[in-house]
Amino acid sequence: MSVRIFVPQDAAALALGADRVAKGLAREIETRGIDVTIVRNGSRGLHWLEPMVEVETVEGRIAYGPVKASDISSLLDAGLATGGNHPLCLGKTEDIPFLKNQTRLTFARCGIVDPLSLEDYKAHDGLKGLAKAVAMAPADVVAQVTESGLRGRGGAGFPTGIKWKTVLDTAGDRKYIVCNADEGDSGTFADRMIMEGDPFVLIEGMAIAGLATLATKGFVYIRSEYPHAIATMTEAVETARRAGILGASVMGSGRAFDIEIRSGAGAYVCGEETALLNSLEGKRGIVRAKPPLPAHKGLFNCPTVINNVISLASVPIIMDKGAVFYKDFGMGRSRGTIPIQIAGNVKHGGLYEAAFGLTLGQIVDEIGGGTASGRPVKAVQVGGPLGAYFPRALFDTPFDYEAFAAKDGLIGHAGITVFDDTADMLKQARFAMEFCAIESCGKCTPCRIGSTRGVETADKIAQGIEPEKNLALLADLCNTMKFGSLCALGGFTPYPVTSAMNHFPDDFRPVPLVEAAE
Amino acid sequence: MNLHVSSRDIGERTLDIVSAMKSLEGPLLPILHEIQAEFGYVPQEALPVIARELNLSRAEVHGVVTFYHDYRDHPEGRHVLKLCRAEACQSMGGDQLAERVKSLLGIDFHQTTPDGAVTLEPVYCLGLCSTAPAAMLDGEVHGRLDADAVRELVAEVRA
Repeated sequence: MSVRIFVPQDAAALALGADRVAKGLAREIETRGIDVTIVRNGSRGLHWLEPMVEVETVEGRIAYGPVKASDISSLLDAGLATGGNHPLCLGKTEDIPFLKNQTRLTFARCGIVDPLSLEDYKAHDGLKGLAKAVAMAPADVVAQVTESGLRGRGGAGFPTGIKWKTVLDTAGDRKYIVCNADEGDSGTFADRMIMEGDPFVLIEGMAIAGLATLATKGFVYIRSEYPHAIATMTEAVETARRAGILGASVMGSGRAFDIEIRSGAGAYVCGEETALLNSLEGKRGIVRAKPPLPAHKGLFNCPTVINNVISLASVPIIMDKGAVFYKDFGMGRSRGTIPIQIAGNVKHGGLYEAAFGLTLGQIVDEIGGGTASGRPVKAVQVGGPLGAYFPRALFDTPFDYEAFAAKDGLIGHAGITVFDDTADMLKQARFAMEFCAIESCGKCTPCRIGSTRGVETADKIAQGIEPEKNLALLADLCNTMKFGSLCALGGFTPYPVTSAMNHFPDDFRPVPLVEAAE
Repeated sequence: MNLHVSSRDIGERTLDIVSAMKSLEGPLLPILHEIQAEFGYVPQEALPVIARELNLSRAEVHGVVTFYHDYRDHPEGRHVLKLCRAEACQSMGGDQLAERVKSLLGIDFHQTTPDGAVTLEPVYCLGLCSTAPAAMLDGEVHGRLDADAVRELVAEVRA
């Protein structure tokens, strides 16, 4: 049998030259006449080692990285096809500490399988959850998801099972499953990675949601900034349809469920669930007032489950291994695992799936290895552009929804962006307001106008104009936005702003006007 | 993509696209994406055709087109360089890199070089936050950019 060599096709690997590596490798293999098949897999999530090339050997996979196209010749000389030694050799992939210490449930297959091979998917426990769901009554599927303790991984942390139960219990001729793949938060890429690296798990999760709530149609709304994910998901849906996993009779159950992939159009606010529904309907992405809840009146006024990618992708393993298996991971009311995305100025950036409960310090210092620049960590922003900036003093905060809320922060989509000591927190606070102003849908006044006033006030503070008065004004403005906005965009923009003000007051002190030097 | 099309032509081609797609549920965004793929932008002449076919007012269609950052009302340059301006890229010097690109190209964000070679756009996150700073050139992604890498990208679009 021909040796399989894996070169990731994940966008992060592509951004670092994986296509050049794959092409160079293919050329060199042909020249040398070696019996090798190149598989374009997803990423294992060790992004500082990308492009990370792996070869399958009898002892398991051996990894090499980061590989440049110019390394291929020497790699093959060193016996790449048999796992030969080379300065870039990282040993057995599974033994790399960053990977070995993880608990990969949702991302169990990501980076291991050929993303578009249904055979590979099945060979790695794929479709087992759906097979079980097909044999169960809808209410029992919902009960199992509820029992697992799974909470919405998009950021709000709402119990997934309760959302599903509401949709199941709501009468409707037509119901929808909408997957929110509008992953716009900076510092997050878990949705992108799973869609590019294991698209069938999302399809399976959505099909289970459909069976559980009697919905027959699903939409995956993917942001347009993710063309690779859109392409992979589109192809995977077609494959699933041909295989009878989607369509008029899901896995021969006689129950229908199909999926359509939709592309966003560059509006961050469409990550908010009601704005996303409006966008799917072909309207401006304006936030809707709740109630009615989407579970009662969602897409086209029909009962709708709207879940994040990771929430849905976590369902198959819950159905396969059981609610108790999943619930046993985690702490407090945060059950199961969470794919933590370590980003920004960090040495070991990438995706790290673990049970809830690691401290922020462990994640940043031990797993992330500190900054890429080698300078001290000044702040980490947790939860994207609407998340709080945490100083080192709060590094003992455990990764848990409630624990972060207690420190005036949020986990959000579990993205962590690291900043070194060159960061200017006043500038970061100003950016939070600027971003809100650019992306505000315009429906409510605190967000639409507050954000612009926020930028102006931050500028005045930076210029040393009535700093005390303007700091008080900025704090007051944050309060108005937090409690007066309709959705999380205006409502959470105060998190990065007030956390920056509270934890890094020195950056908000006016720069003393330079007196005429002697 | 043909940038020199008559109004009449735009109307006819728009009608073809709308006819093929209007059976979708909530067809407006997919239609606008297709129109932009066809013409390189969303021409004003296309709007009344879409409105008529979907039984919407022109104001509603105009509202949607102008709401989303992706839809352009004029053609872009031959190349489009999107630089990420979000936090993870900021933490790795993205702002300074953006200034460098602007000065190399002699344009600001949302502008096209006078020779029509390249349009520079900001983007807020490409999901490449662990390989920052990141950019997308004509749909291809680039990570861990530094001064040399952006000079090469700029040379590529200028060639």
